[in-house]
Amino acid sequence: MKILVGVKRVVDYAVKIRVKPDRSGVVTEGVQHSMNPFDEIALEEAVKLKEKKLATEVVAFSLGGPKSQEVLRTALAKGADKAIHVQVSDEEASKLESFHVAKTLKKIVESEKFDAVFLGKQAIDDDSSQTAPILAGLLDWPQALYASKVEEGGDGHMKVKIPFVLSADLRLNEPRYATLPNIMKAKKKPLKAIPIKDLGVDIKPQTETIEVTEPPVRQAGGFVEDVAGLVAKLKEKGFVKA
Amino acid sequence: MLSTLSKTARISQTRFLRLSHSAAAKDAKPKKAPVAAVDSPSFVMNLFRGKAVTDQVFPYPLNMTEEQKETLGMVMSPLEKMLIEVNDVVKNDETSDIPRAVLDQFAELGTFGVLVPPELEGSGFNNSQMARVAEIVGAYDLGFGVVMGAHQSIGYKGILLEGTDAQKQKYLPDLATGRKFAAFALTEPTTGSDASSVRTRAELSADGKHYVLNGGKIWISNGGFADVFTVFAQTPVKLADGSTKDKMSAFIVERAFGGVTSGPQEKKMGIKGSNTTEVHFDNVKIPVENLLGKEGEGFKVAMNILNNGRFGIPAACTGAMKHCIQKTVDHITTRVQFGKKLQEFGNVQEKLVEMISKLYATESIVYMLSSNMDRGIKEYQLEAAIGKVLASENAWHVCDDAIQVHGGMGFMRETGLERVLRDLRIFRIFEGANDVLRLFIALTGAQHAGKHLAEQASGVGGLIGLAVSRVTGGNTGSNFGQVVDSSLQDSAKALDQQIALFGQTVQGLLMKHKKGIIDRQYEMHRVANAAIDIYSSAAVLSRATYAIKHKASSADFERKVAIYYVEKVLKNKLNFLLKIIFQAMRSSNRYLKDAANGTENKEKVATIESLAKEVCGNGGLTLQHPVEL
Repeated sequence: MKILVGVKRVVDYAVKIRVKPDRSGVVTEGVQHSMNPFDEIALEEAVKLKEKKLATEVVAFSLGGPKSQEVLRTALAKGADKAIHVQVSDEEASKLESFHVAKTLKKIVESEKFDAVFLGKQAIDDDSSQTAPILAGLLDWPQALYASKVEEGGDGHMKVKIPFVLSADLRLNEPRYATLPNIMKAKKKPLKAIPIKDLGVDIKPQTETIEVTEPPVRQAGGFVEDVAGLVAKLKEKGFVKA
Repeated sequence: MLSTLSKTARISQTRFLRLSHSAAAKDAKPKKAPVAAVDSPSFVMNLFRGKAVTDQVFPYPLNMTEEQKETLGMVMSPLEKMLIEVNDVVKNDETSDIPRAVLDQFAELGTFGVLVPPELEGSGFNNSQMARVAEIVGAYDLGFGVVMGAHQSIGYKGILLEGTDAQKQKYLPDLATGRKFAAFALTEPTTGSDASSVRTRAELSADGKHYVLNGGKIWISNGGFADVFTVFAQTPVKLADGSTKDKMSAFIVERAFGGVTSGPQEKKMGIKGSNTTEVHFDNVKIPVENLLGKEGEGFKVAMNILNNGRFGIPAACTGAMKHCIQKTVDHITTRVQFGKKLQEFGNVQEKLVEMISKLYATESIVYMLSSNMDRGIKEYQLEAAIGKVLASENAWHVCDDAIQVHGGMGFMRETGLERVLRDLRIFRIFEGANDVLRLFIALTGAQHAGKHLAEQASGVGGLIGLAVSRVTGGNTGSNFGQVVDSSLQDSAKALDQQIALFGQTVQGLLMKHKKGIIDRQYEMHRVANAAIDIYSSAAVLSRATYAIKHKASSADFERKVAIYYVEKVLKNKLNFLLKIIFQAMRSSNRYLKDAANGTENKEKVATIESLAKEVCGNGGLTLQHPVEL
């Protein structure tokens, strides 16, 4: 079984997100980026399957600007055998939608003959959760979404036949760390770069971002003495019928 | 690391004696040719001649390739995650231990062989990448940082720097991967800052195949579990005239050789997770091929290791400062008193900005130093010493202020700042006590200036011509107009003036005290402080110019911080410092007159001497209590 794993370069989860002064998006320059944590989990699962000899090859995929190669090399350091970078400009990357990613993945799956695609259930930047289901639809493959356990022939809640699309949930596994020795070794693993136009995928944006703003500041809450107090408060605020 | 109290002062003193001889040679033996003065490329060294030689400072030398940045970026998140998830800093502090299983996990990550080339199973990082790694570790656990530093920044650094190919092949793969650990064994009960006074001895066996090592070391970081030690011991060395003299040599000693024993874990104020013990050598047979460097040149080996590893401390301190500042920001943006958030109070804002400017200066020096080392610059000993002194003191004050802003909460263990303060205290002591490093900076610089002074004085016009040229000259030859951003020119001018003033002061001191300058600690301490202020200001201006030029997202912020910093340390403080040395600083003539008459500071130093003498002579305070009881 050949597994393709999608890995997205996102602003690191620990970074405090700041909105650009012109409200066109969030500040990404000079900000720590890393692999989308859910993609890390999907990758870990694929690598584990390979270690158990259930998979023959694990290939990491990323669609994005030049720096996406950073997360691909991390993927190689974490055990992927090869990497494919589908290149777009940073400007184009900021406007990519799940649909574009799914279409690109489909092209790669078809040209390189993969048996399964593992994805994170969502990316922590746009939180769309759409790529996996759209891809399954485009390929007409079965999908196993939000997987929290993957077994071969197990008695899990859902069985899928190969080929399939899987999206990984948070508790599926604990991803390994990319160690420095493996990062150095990963530099020798193959990383193929394909300009998006070579795949003939149309990435014209279907949505327009009008404005990005900070979430409203949360108002301070208050304490109630007891249940009666809580009920009274709820009634007062109109959440419960009086 | 605890073991590495600096001998640098000693080396500079002996060297300096030699120099001052030549500086003073004019008067005593006019016929003797003076030692040729050599020009130095070092910025700090040239300050002592009143010159601004900026090649090592401008433009800001940071120059990491995209690939180096990428590799660094890839290892930063797993490192931070492990420091949070695998390492437990609170537990390490409470139990005075870091479990081996934890060290093993970090070893797998590659953190114990950062600078070792990949061929020898290391990570092959350069010094700037290493500094970033040390910064992250310093932000989370300084005790862990000491284990790391004692292992690779000094423990096996000697093998990396001075080892033969065979020694490298034999030891570095195991050490870089953390299969084995290293320690640096220099300090002894009678050997602190005066490092060449070690008593541990190694004598060649009758068959010439082994050295037999006997003696004891104290406060050895990683001493309890290290497998490989870099040990400094006296060896009898035959001199050219046939006599033998004890000289220090360096050895690679394995615990497995037998006869190596460790004492219990010391009880310390901070960095408790790090292991600190005595190490004893009882007839340890060291194969002759384990001599590190040449016989009798152990002192040089030790200095080279310490100089080379010194930037790790400012890097770790930089991380610690960032941690303290983050905690402070979290606190002052939420804590309400008198109906306002703390961030709205002017005094709190001032403290925060003070912390930020200290961090900025330190960080600017760290990456200036590491980048200069990366591009092969060899003369950075004064810059490294300044980095160590400034970073350890800035971190201490930043943490202290963070605690102050937290109020009573800062004093509580749960807040996690009191541990950082305890951990930071040793950084002003080990790897060259700051007091000794200050003398090293001032005396080494003065030695350099003295040589040039002597050479100049021997030329046309002699000392009088020299004096005249100093008064009328004062041109630093700086190119700040071209290399500093136009928006920072006011600060650059202040810097230029202070460099001229500094050079004049040093030369005045040299002319007045000649070789006696070694004992002028009152003045030397202040000269060092002035040098620290000048170098850090230059580093800050260089970094801010770099940020502006590279359109960093924080460029405007950095510009403001730079102006604030230079204003603070140069325009106000430095003048004050120099005035202490020469009360009549404002008038060049008066200054020269005073320098010649030797009236300045005389009374103050005499007062200091007499007060100290009285208390020491009495064996305690002689002060009468106001209630007379």
